[in-house]
Amino acid sequence: MKYLDIIYNGLVRENPVFVLLLGMCPTLGTTGSALSGMSMGLATASVLVCSNMSVSAIKSFVPPAVRIPVYIVVIATFVSVLQLLLAAYMPALNATLGIFIPLIVVNCILLGRAEAFASRHGVVASACDGIGIGLGFTFGLTLLGALREFLGTGRVFDIVVYPESFGSLIFVLAPGAFIALGLLIGLFNYIKSR
Amino acid sequence: MLAYISIFITAVFVNNIVFAQFLGICPFMGVSKKMSSAVGMGAAVAFVMTIATAVTWLLYNYVLMPFGLDFMQTIAFILVIAALVQMLEIILKKVTPSLYKALGVFLPLITTNCAVLGVAISVVQKDFDLLMSVTYALSTAIGFAMALGIFAGIRTRLELVDVPAPLRGTPIALISAGILAMAFMGFAGIHIG
Repeated sequence: MKYLDIIYNGLVRENPVFVLLLGMCPTLGTTGSALSGMSMGLATASVLVCSNMSVSAIKSFVPPAVRIPVYIVVIATFVSVLQLLLAAYMPALNATLGIFIPLIVVNCILLGRAEAFASRHGVVASACDGIGIGLGFTFGLTLLGALREFLGTGRVFDIVVYPESFGSLIFVLAPGAFIALGLLIGLFNYIKSR
Repeated sequence: MLAYISIFITAVFVNNIVFAQFLGICPFMGVSKKMSSAVGMGAAVAFVMTIATAVTWLLYNYVLMPFGLDFMQTIAFILVIAALVQMLEIILKKVTPSLYKALGVFLPLITTNCAVLGVAISVVQKDFDLLMSVTYALSTAIGFAMALGIFAGIRTRLELVDVPAPLRGTPIALISAGILAMAFMGFAGIHIG
């Protein structure tokens, strides 16, 4: 039960996209469509689960003074593994997400969770936290991607909802990312305040 | 010469790092509430980004490539940038205390600024030579500083505006940034050389 609570916490109460406002660069940069948003979210989530578990496992050996560089190396290692796997097995996805895959290293969510959660909890709890926060991030990115794809091209996950000529292309382009995220966070604030 | 001018115009206006490439959004949102901190952050990023790009370019082309270690790129670059920021902080403190005072608080924040690592990786991907890489890094940083400065000006005005309660703070800032990005789209299509 406790572990389910940790997952729920990451998914809703501390949602990284809408509540904590962390990891804004991939949030804006990879949500041109629902599919690419979801892929980026899952890629980040897989690194987060691995890095959280490793940080939690090595926490008693790491001297506090050098913990941040150690965490960065752990995260960078898993990012490199992911980068090589994607390049080998999913070259199309690797090309779509492009520079945002290596940039998972500097995503504040990963270092933030390593420092705030994994360095203080057990391996299983840290894995749950990684799953919760990772799925929360994936949920945010997928929602934003679906909204932008829907408003911009009339499709969601490539399924046609209304003809493309009625869509406003601006939502797929750069300015639409900022505007759509601003409106979504506003909507979340509105729902929360009610 | 034309190639360098082209890199400059493209990096500052056409392909602006914040509005077109979505890098460095965290500091863009975080330190744009006051003009003075925006200027400080812009200068600190320009300083670190130029030096970091030169160092990582040399590391990639003279160490990683010859030894077939290019898969270590991400790990090596982030470590070099983190170490460099620490070193710059120590050097600035000793050599120019006044500059250190001006940039001081912003320097540690830059380690996790994705714009610095992003530029270091993209110059490698674009196959630039050293001088072109440094030009690109400096121009990108100027574009970042400009975006930060413009946005800080807009945000000081936004403070005085009556915004619907759910949109106050970050949401309205994001929407304003979107409109600003739309203005920057007007530069698309400029092509030199």
